[in-house]
Amino acid sequence: MDFLTAFVNSLPGALGQGLIWGIMAIGVYITYRILDVADLTVDGSLATGGAVCALLISLGVSPWVALLAAVLSGMAAGLVTGLLHTACGIPAILSGILTQLALYSLNLRIMAIGDAAKTKATLAVSVDRHGLLVSSRYIRELGLNNPLLLLALLVAAVIGILYWFFGTEQGSALRATGSNPNMARAQGIDTNWSKVLGLVVSNALVALSGALLAQYQGSATIDMGRGAIVIGLAAVIIGEVLLGKVFRNFALKLLSAVTGAAIYYAVITLVLRLGLESTDLKLLTALVVALFLSIPYWKGKYFTKAAAKGGPANA
Amino acid sequence: MLEVNQVYKTFNPGTVNEKRALNGVNLTLKDGDFVTVIGGNGAGKSTLLNLVAGVYTADQGSIVIDGQDVTRLPEHKRAAFIGRVFQDPMMGTAATMQIEENLALAARRGQKRTLRVGINKREREEYRELLKLLDLGLESRLTSKVGLLSGGQRQALTLLMATLKKPKLLLLDEHTAALDPKTAAKVLDTTERMVQKDNLTTLMITHNMKDAIAHGNRLIMMYDGRVVIDIAGEEKRKLTVEQLLAKFGQASGSDEADDKLLLS
Repeated sequence: MDFLTAFVNSLPGALGQGLIWGIMAIGVYITYRILDVADLTVDGSLATGGAVCALLISLGVSPWVALLAAVLSGMAAGLVTGLLHTACGIPAILSGILTQLALYSLNLRIMAIGDAAKTKATLAVSVDRHGLLVSSRYIRELGLNNPLLLLALLVAAVIGILYWFFGTEQGSALRATGSNPNMARAQGIDTNWSKVLGLVVSNALVALSGALLAQYQGSATIDMGRGAIVIGLAAVIIGEVLLGKVFRNFALKLLSAVTGAAIYYAVITLVLRLGLESTDLKLLTALVVALFLSIPYWKGKYFTKAAAKGGPANA
Repeated sequence: MLEVNQVYKTFNPGTVNEKRALNGVNLTLKDGDFVTVIGGNGAGKSTLLNLVAGVYTADQGSIVIDGQDVTRLPEHKRAAFIGRVFQDPMMGTAATMQIEENLALAARRGQKRTLRVGINKREREEYRELLKLLDLGLESRLTSKVGLLSGGQRQALTLLMATLKKPKLLLLDEHTAALDPKTAAKVLDTTERMVQKDNLTTLMITHNMKDAIAHGNRLIMMYDGRVVIDIAGEEKRKLTVEQLLAKFGQASGSDEADDKLLLS
């Protein structure tokens, strides 16, 4: 009984984490599902968003402005990856890895501004001194300062804006680029521009997620983005597996990625309660994602074989 | 409408896979010309079309469309002048997008993509009417994903997309080759209607000599990266497959090529 109570008590926290990582998962959805590019920049740009936001807040800047600056920093990171890929002809995966690696140094620099050591792996922001927008401290309180409220509103706003954008001419061009680049070019779409735009939008969201995460947990850390791409993929895939049949509309598909993130963190909370060490989580996440990515492949392989066996007999 | 001047193209130059695909091609299309292109495998037909479309850039020579030199223009910018249908039915449409979305993308070919809504109500009605003309029942499936359509349906849709915004030049790259004979005939029939309706300047590659003779006002045959036969007007109307083969034997100076051509 104690176990159950403890688990239920920790669910709001899981939901908070889930909503924040849900925004990140939407960013991954844009590159991985819509643009058909696996963008590894996100491991770096998540931490960049967190670092920029934490730095500005600690310097006394309004948290909203800090959030905006974090988004801009994410856009810049996406732009660099996009240009490495399109203007320099480097494969997308490698472009992302290069930006991610470069960001590691940059993130340390950002967090160390004003610090004597010139590199700093953690930058704390206190909810007592700075008026943070979201903080895990109030996660179980019933009131306006509960972070779940603002996070839910932000998620809704992000989904709303993206729903509008992907319905525009420019957004349709981006979807066409991911679906069939040959067709897109034949219809006069600049596929390079589309890819850069998609990476910029995606990393803007990832950095926003990082900025919220830094406020939520009260600090930006250099490794907060480590394995972020895998968590984002996990959220996207869990959402698709569980809700793909029901959620057909584009906005609902984005929502399913957020739901996937929430479920992911609920499961993580559960396994931690069951006694798993938090250091084992990356291993667990990798296993879960590998499993879920294999399922469609196995399904296709064995399912079609069975069908083919039955086929000629009937024909 | 189209001028191809002394165009050369070599793939993988300086390697063991070096392949001279185009060997000084000259070709001029007048406004409203419907030219069929034949030739064996490796004759350079597709390369020529892809060079005109901007998929590859020419090593030498120039390509002029309606008075504008497009030799250095990237593919997506040349698309403003050109409608294209590919051999592979999967290549001309976005499978994960709806029929109406594909058409809306095509309707904006050559225009700047803005933040205005990607498809409006008026367009939808327009597309419904146009799809009726294809006679494939697609008018009731505007919001179906294109991936659900058959190869023939996708090819007919691609054709509609290529001509939706009247192109200065229509490029058809063996666009019926991957279809079954009945569907191929239907798509070819639709092609003929669309070209006639807007009097489109057209370049159509085909493997089928009968089709090459039956359609268009002019026929060219390519061999070894060059145009070796160019027949138009009255002569083209009276042409038979046997005459064509004989002419080809003369032009290429070999008999064995006949069999290659017939077999391909």
